[in-house]
Amino acid sequence: MARAVTTRRKMTFTIIGWAIGFVIFFPILWTFLTSFKTEGTAIATPPQFLFFDWTIENYHEVQSRSNYMKHVTNSVVISVGSTLIGLALAIPAAWAMAFSPTKRTKDVLMWMLSTKMMPPVGVLVPLYLIFRDWGLLDTRLGLVGILTMINLPIIVWMLYTYFKEIPGEILEAARMDGASLMKEIVYVLTPMAVPGIASTMLLNIILAWNEAFWTLNLSAANAAPLTAFIASYSSPEGLFWAKLSAASTMAIAPILIMGWFSQKQLVRGLTFGAVK
Amino acid sequence: MATLQTRATARIMMSPAVILLFLWMIVPLVMTLYFSFLRYNLLMPGTEEFVGFLNYQYFLTDPAFFTALKNTLVLVGGTLLITVIGGILLALVLDQPFFGQGIVRLLVIAPFFVMPTVSALVWKNMLMHPVNGLFAWIARSFGFQPIDWFAEVPMFSIILIVAWQWLPFATLILLTALQSLDGEQIEAAEMDGAGAFSRFFYLVLPHMSRAITVVILIQTIFLLSVFAEILVTTNGGPGIQTTNITYLIYAQALLQFDVGGASAGGIVAVILANIVAFFLIRLIGKNLER
Repeated sequence: MARAVTTRRKMTFTIIGWAIGFVIFFPILWTFLTSFKTEGTAIATPPQFLFFDWTIENYHEVQSRSNYMKHVTNSVVISVGSTLIGLALAIPAAWAMAFSPTKRTKDVLMWMLSTKMMPPVGVLVPLYLIFRDWGLLDTRLGLVGILTMINLPIIVWMLYTYFKEIPGEILEAARMDGASLMKEIVYVLTPMAVPGIASTMLLNIILAWNEAFWTLNLSAANAAPLTAFIASYSSPEGLFWAKLSAASTMAIAPILIMGWFSQKQLVRGLTFGAVK
Repeated sequence: MATLQTRATARIMMSPAVILLFLWMIVPLVMTLYFSFLRYNLLMPGTEEFVGFLNYQYFLTDPAFFTALKNTLVLVGGTLLITVIGGILLALVLDQPFFGQGIVRLLVIAPFFVMPTVSALVWKNMLMHPVNGLFAWIARSFGFQPIDWFAEVPMFSIILIVAWQWLPFATLILLTALQSLDGEQIEAAEMDGAGAFSRFFYLVLPHMSRAITVVILIQTIFLLSVFAEILVTTNGGPGIQTTNITYLIYAQALLQFDVGGASAGGIVAVILANIVAFFLIRLIGKNLER
């Protein structure tokens, strides 16, 4: 029997819950609101919350003054590119590990996870030098490569936990009915694997979009994704709150929405299946 | 049944990922190790020579190293403290039925998706600015002197920002664990006269202990490498008050071009991270068997 919830109790938690939600979300909301202010209103005391003259001037300014679209393109190319290459490498690997596991499969998985533990700063020097010598500094290609390798273990792990849930009996049944390996993959496994692959992709794009160690260290004007572009607002002369807010809003909005859709997979992905 | 043929196919399917990851891990690490025994500065090309453990000696006896180590521990520890305790409390609240639960849940997890450079700059400028920031205004409205966050309590300010980013992660995982708790068990305890506190400490907390461990270990891995938040807010300052190990090595490598010294530091960072990783791997490995 479900416990009866008194209305009063429910109301109390409604107030507490919404208050907490509001406080935690506030910095994002504040950024959003500030992006529609003039620079003067943005720093006004007392702060203007809703009743100011809303303007979209900042969005125009950011676009026209800083070649904003180039950085957006960089972010998209780097995050989507590294995710797709990562999936191409990881799908066969996770597939093999889930459907024909050997004694060493577990060790391989653990070892992959362990590469993720390496602090990036431990390999910063050689990678910087390799990038310099191979002309990869400040190129999208270089960043796609780095982010592919960084997130590959997570992709393999997530896919593995999804593939593992596909019942093996179905494969046997298909085989009994005379399906070839090709048919087995195309008609039986793929449809069952698509949701897992999709959520892996989503989470990985989010992680790559927000990665801010390698992108800050290995890119400059040309290949800088949004993480690095926004960082350029940290210099004192760049201290324009409204423009910073507009640039930030555009940088986080798409990924925030994707994140909301992928919230369930987030737990599984980031704990390597340890919490589901 | 795995036949010889399928086993061979499996090996071929795995090899690209395995080989690439192996190269990715081993090549730079061996290079770092090699550089760490050299005197090697990019500003003085051609003077490279083998110096044994000299770089390590310099790095490990540098007072900056101990400050950075202490800062790293404070940053990791402080953030963990806030996110784990806050995460437990938030998970308990979000687990209660109330109106608009789903929406509040979305609001609470939102900070996790904000890129580190954005959250650091928004907090530093729009919230923590000593004159025009929102916190300063709140402080003044209550008749207090506003705090100059990054000058007076720089490390605490960074901890706040990082904790804000990681609180959603802790909350989400602890909430997931909490929701798998058997409601009937709680009911039975209630009937037996267990109060809210004893129910929490004897039932709920033990049930969540595994998830709490996972949160602590995974966050530690990421928090050891906090970088962007420091770079865009304080640049490790004032002085070296907010320099962590990651930032210290970054400064040595890309600001002073001391490849040898930075490499020795990199190896030290790898060793520190491995100590944490050791426990995490064991925990997740155990889980894999079930």
